[in-house]
Amino acid sequence: MAGVAVSTTINGDHVEYLCQPDETLLEVLRDRLGLTGAKEGCGTGDCGACSVIVDDRLVCSCLVLGAEAEGRQIETIEGMAHGDQLHPLQQKFLEHAALQCGVCTPGFLMAAKDLLAKNPSPTEEEIRFGLAGNLCRCTGYDKIVRAVQDAANVMKGA
Amino acid sequence: MNFDPRFSGRNFTSVGTRPIRPDGVDKVTGRARYGADFNMAGQLVGRILRSPHAHAVIKKIDTSKAEKLAGVKAVITAADLPDLTDGDAAMYDILDNCMARKKALYDGHAVAAVAAIDARTARQALKLIEVEYEVLPHVTDVDEAMKHSAPLINDAIFTEGLEEKPVKPSNVSKRTQYGHGDVHQGFAQADMIVERSFKTEQTHQGYIEPHACVASVNADGTAELWVCTQGHFVYRQHCAQLLGLEASKLRVTSSEIGGGFGGKTHVWAEPVALALSRKAGRPVKLVMTRDEVFRASGPTSATSIDVKIGAKKDGTITAAEATLRYSCGPYAGMWAEIGAMTAFACYKLENVKTVGYEVLVNRPKTAAYRAPSAPMAAFAVESAVDELAKEIGMDPVEFRIKNAAQEGTRASYGPVYGPIGIGPTLEAVKNHPHMKAPLKANQGRGMACGFWFNFGGQTCTDLNIGMDGSVSLAVGTVDVGGSRASLSLVAAEELGIDYSHVKAIVADTSSLGYNDMTDGSRGTFSSSMATISAARNAIKVLRERAAQMWDISVDDVAWEAGHAVAKGEKHGNLGKLSLKEIAAQSGKTGGPIAGHSELVADGAGVSFATHICDIEVDPETGSTRVIRYTVVQDAGKAVHPTYVEGQYQGGAAQGIGWALNEEYIYGKDGRLQNPGFLDYRIPVCSDLPMIDTQILEIPNPNHPYGVRGVGETSIVPPLAAIANAVSNAVGVRMTHIPMSPPRILAALEAEREG
Repeated sequence: MAGVAVSTTINGDHVEYLCQPDETLLEVLRDRLGLTGAKEGCGTGDCGACSVIVDDRLVCSCLVLGAEAEGRQIETIEGMAHGDQLHPLQQKFLEHAALQCGVCTPGFLMAAKDLLAKNPSPTEEEIRFGLAGNLCRCTGYDKIVRAVQDAANVMKGA
Repeated sequence: MNFDPRFSGRNFTSVGTRPIRPDGVDKVTGRARYGADFNMAGQLVGRILRSPHAHAVIKKIDTSKAEKLAGVKAVITAADLPDLTDGDAAMYDILDNCMARKKALYDGHAVAAVAAIDARTARQALKLIEVEYEVLPHVTDVDEAMKHSAPLINDAIFTEGLEEKPVKPSNVSKRTQYGHGDVHQGFAQADMIVERSFKTEQTHQGYIEPHACVASVNADGTAELWVCTQGHFVYRQHCAQLLGLEASKLRVTSSEIGGGFGGKTHVWAEPVALALSRKAGRPVKLVMTRDEVFRASGPTSATSIDVKIGAKKDGTITAAEATLRYSCGPYAGMWAEIGAMTAFACYKLENVKTVGYEVLVNRPKTAAYRAPSAPMAAFAVESAVDELAKEIGMDPVEFRIKNAAQEGTRASYGPVYGPIGIGPTLEAVKNHPHMKAPLKANQGRGMACGFWFNFGGQTCTDLNIGMDGSVSLAVGTVDVGGSRASLSLVAAEELGIDYSHVKAIVADTSSLGYNDMTDGSRGTFSSSMATISAARNAIKVLRERAAQMWDISVDDVAWEAGHAVAKGEKHGNLGKLSLKEIAAQSGKTGGPIAGHSELVADGAGVSFATHICDIEVDPETGSTRVIRYTVVQDAGKAVHPTYVEGQYQGGAAQGIGWALNEEYIYGKDGRLQNPGFLDYRIPVCSDLPMIDTQILEIPNPNHPYGVRGVGETSIVPPLAAIANAVSNAVGVRMTHIPMSPPRILAALEAEREG
């Protein structure tokens, strides 16, 4: 089967790859490009562990084809920190212990970043509904919501 | 060196603080490597073919077409996993569950597997495997399976634990009984008796990371396994036995684990991956899909429980009795037995009797799920306790306080309690502002108690001091939720150095002695005990080295706040030597400085919790929301309080999902109808309120710092607390979990029709 040639931008870097027409963006990221920060929790768009941002839109990368990345700007968890400077959301997740096993964390961070980009001062309810596409089985979400609230305050002040 | 594990009061410096975890940055940057994030050169993709039938004889498997497909490197069936279990029935069941041998026993049971050059080829190959089944009648309901007319799942199972050995095989693998006193006499003394029957449906642990491993078997009989597991040493034992390998030649590395909650204490696909690798001669990566996780791994028991409790008008319980039937999947288990042990553990009872029945059904093999078996028993008992308090006209908290177990109480499952936290958690709940907050229309408040044993077990730990004075701590208990942080705190505390100079890792099976798995809330309890012991052994070496540097007797050297201190007036001018200064000279004073520890961490402290919950029911739809939730639990000592709170909150959230939504739904064909997160709905962020926590610290006398386990008890009270809240809101006793909208509407309708 012939591959599809794709030219795209991932975390600011120009990237080219060949992928199969039925290959998901998640498979491309993980298996072809070695970007394993996005996780496959379900493969059906129900858990959000594979969340990435494509052209300022939060998506489940398991529901996007690798071929659809052509010409797009893609942001993954690997591009969230600037060098050794963590993003305020990453820092607040650590300070609030908003992760236990951590497997859902990359997806939550992408979803929270997308939420705060669109709504810099969310209420608790807006955070809860904004993150409702991401499953966490460890924390009960309490500390995640608090970390996002705290990060929003820091980012507004910045 | 003799290690004294007894509690000794001390002022803590590091323990009880809340630093950032050592594995944190890796986890917020996507660098942490979980089961599916690891690759080896030349690696193949493994896939498993699963039975679509709940119960069927496997008459024939033809793999020839699959083997001929280009890119397929190995196809295996049960024939490639010969029986090496040597009469060990439990291991045989594990083997049979990994790959069905004669019969497929549930929808999703593995029957064959392939390894191919890529996922697409592997999927195609599965379709080319031809399996001829003879479909048999099946049974998935726990009560149905106990009937004499039910299809027999295993004709070699005869009920154990009966007075007379049965002559006919049965789906009931075992009967167990616990208790003391005379319940007949006790009920005769009662003024009020409540008798109720309850059901709970089967739920899954719901870890977000599916089972995943990379297996590599070499021609020389050595092998490696990278795997997400709660117990890599146990996985090594099981895989080595099933594959016929020497344990020391199989090196198992535990990846970061994306949730387990008991579900990653059992081998599932790992022996299959190893068998595929052995046959293909190449490494094989095997990752379950979410559908496979639901159909073929995990779930807890479905249950059917009868409870009878009697009390005098003054609120004294005179007798308590329960019959507990727990589904085990198609293999014998001890799930009802644990339910029978925990059911009345919160109470001081003169007369108590519990009987458990282990019931075989055509569902996946039951696995541990966080305080396994206790939440269902607590649901039944705590619902009946609430009813009885109401009948007597007592406040439910006061009623429980009056009957709560205390130090010296003989537990319903046998032992006599030491200092315990049930009374204090109830007193804390009684005085909590949550109990006094006003409720609105359609809202209800409930509370309930929970108990869990906690376990200790075999533990081995290494503590190595670098020449720069920093400390490497190698533990063998998998870190499921922050234990590397808590164990680093313990090492820092004992050595008297700063947390930032300690780095904890989970060592692989070739680098450390055997460790039991992280279950029974034992991770921080047992590994902190071993860490304290290892640190004390290292301190002994540090003192010897300091004595050598000073040229004095080691008996004159004490260890205080991270320094060797020369004792006695004759050494008054010697000052102190820091750990760092001693380490810097280690090359000249006898070589590397280390402390080692191997022990069986006995004396795990039993754990109690009391939860309060407010809910609101929409009477038109039956939809229920939790609007306020409070957890009060005894931690013994909270080593890292933030992660203790996290355990309390996480267990409560899982319990809320179980109480209101989550259930395995089987069709008449015996197939699981909701094997995905869309239809098996775990709580999302917008379903829950903040979950308030209160940590009580009643020291465990059998741990130097007083630590008890904290991980599991938090899932025990929620089913009952929420059922009590819903029952109070709607005025109807809810007896079937989950209390999904249709069940609540049906209960309301039944009440209206009288």
